[in-house]
Amino acid sequence: MPTETTAAPAQGVIHNIGYRDYAGPRLGRGYARRALYSQSLRGAYGLGRSARSKVLPMTLFAVMCVPAAIVVAVAVTTKMDRLPLEYTRYAILLQAVIGLFLAAQAPQSVSRDLRFRTVPLYFSRPIERVDYVVAKFAALASALFVLTAAPLLILYAGALLAKMGFAAQTKAFAQGLISVALLSLFFAGIGLVVAALTPRRGFGVAAVIAVLTISYGAVSTVQGIALARDNTDVIAWLGLFSPITLIDGVQTAFLSATSAFPGGHGPGTGAGAVYLLVVLGAVAASYGLLMARYRKAGL
Amino acid sequence: MSRQLTKRIYHPTVARLTRRGLLGRRRAAVLFALPALLLLIAAAIRLLTGPDDETATNVLGGFALATMVPLIGVIAGTGAMGPEIDDGSVVYLLAKPVPRPTIVLTKLIVATGVTVAFSAVPTLLAGLLLNGNSQRIAVAYAVAATAASVAYSALFLLLGTVTRHAVVAGLVYALVWESLFGSLIPGARTLSVQQWALSLAERIGAPGAISSDVGLPLGVGLLAAVTVVAAWYAGERLRKLTLAGEE
Repeated sequence: MPTETTAAPAQGVIHNIGYRDYAGPRLGRGYARRALYSQSLRGAYGLGRSARSKVLPMTLFAVMCVPAAIVVAVAVTTKMDRLPLEYTRYAILLQAVIGLFLAAQAPQSVSRDLRFRTVPLYFSRPIERVDYVVAKFAALASALFVLTAAPLLILYAGALLAKMGFAAQTKAFAQGLISVALLSLFFAGIGLVVAALTPRRGFGVAAVIAVLTISYGAVSTVQGIALARDNTDVIAWLGLFSPITLIDGVQTAFLSATSAFPGGHGPGTGAGAVYLLVVLGAVAASYGLLMARYRKAGL
Repeated sequence: MSRQLTKRIYHPTVARLTRRGLLGRRRAAVLFALPALLLLIAAAIRLLTGPDDETATNVLGGFALATMVPLIGVIAGTGAMGPEIDDGSVVYLLAKPVPRPTIVLTKLIVATGVTVAFSAVPTLLAGLLLNGNSQRIAVAYAVAATAASVAYSALFLLLGTVTRHAVVAGLVYALVWESLFGSLIPGARTLSVQQWALSLAERIGAPGAISSDVGLPLGVGLLAAVTVVAAWYAGERLRKLTLAGEE
């Protein structure tokens, strides 16, 4: 038991109302950071929140996994020797679902803290700005990784059950995982930067989805026109202008994926290096922007 | 008499507040950025490839009508009503002696106006930039975008009164239903605002230039029906909205 001043009240005190210092363990900065991370990660799937907030993320998670289960079921029953769908193509095909998840969960992660002015309360704890930004960033990236890697795991398990080649499947699965890990980091950065700009949740949702779909719509339209005019060199470079085509370009160049670009004209290794640089640069830039954003947040 | 009637449909103060809410600060930035991007793409394509009717159809149909109009419709439609209900300030509006259907109609008019101004007008300009209205493609798509704007605004305004997650629900409809299911299941296409609006464009454009999955009478009928029913039900929802809230 700590040495408390139980007996003799301090001299020179007019009226002792019994305030005591906190004498328990202080869990410190690392604990606060981990708590913020796990709370944000759970929050992205609605865990620890009301039942109504679980509906949307859980539905999107199910929608993400069901096609993989169907593919596996078909592949096993018809005894295919390889999956009808590449691991790396899966996220590109279901990009609308990933986009909706990001658009719905990025603002709930950061906008409400801004709107209800709870950010200063976080910073009254022993965490620094960098802890808050890193925890939120890591939590959203992890949530996206869970969303995108789970269907790949289903595909991989199905492929092994159907006794497809172990080595080839494992390699392709690993490449798919690297690709979705990069996608998760990249998309989390975009989503958080856009969402942190506005305290209004609804507007954040629309802004995130606008960045993803408008850029993709514009790029694929122009790519389609370039293909119709046999301008195939341009197609590879146009992919630099939207998030999902950037990921597509990186995995085409380095992770032996087949490009989803019109006509399959993905970037080669040289252009792929530019794609990778742009993706990594964007992740670093979104971290920098978030740090700048929270310099005077909520004050 | 006619002034009385206008008052029942359009309330200037409500309109002013809605307009300020929609075009205030950062919202306006997004709303200006989208049409600017469309015009930029149109100008770049025209400079690089010259006028071409098929290219114009691809850009206007694939990007302007399929992506931009629904997105601006979601922002304007849900933004006209949703935030006020969300943060509770709708209470002050409802406490005023203004009939609630009038509030809905006014907000619908403003949302439609904003959607038309930021999607149909740029579509027309982009069409003129792309091929100088050859085969009446620019006008056809502009009319389709206007018709779609009205229906989207009414639909998403209704969503704003029904659910707190109106933006997400609107985006699920626009992205998942119209784009994803529309491209996979042909049947889904007959139940989309985009195809109904395209039936108008099909009629206006030169024969064979634009195609739609639904006939003109059905398309226009469904557009009108959706708009009227959505506006009426939004008014109904607002009429029954209780100030005290649920337990």
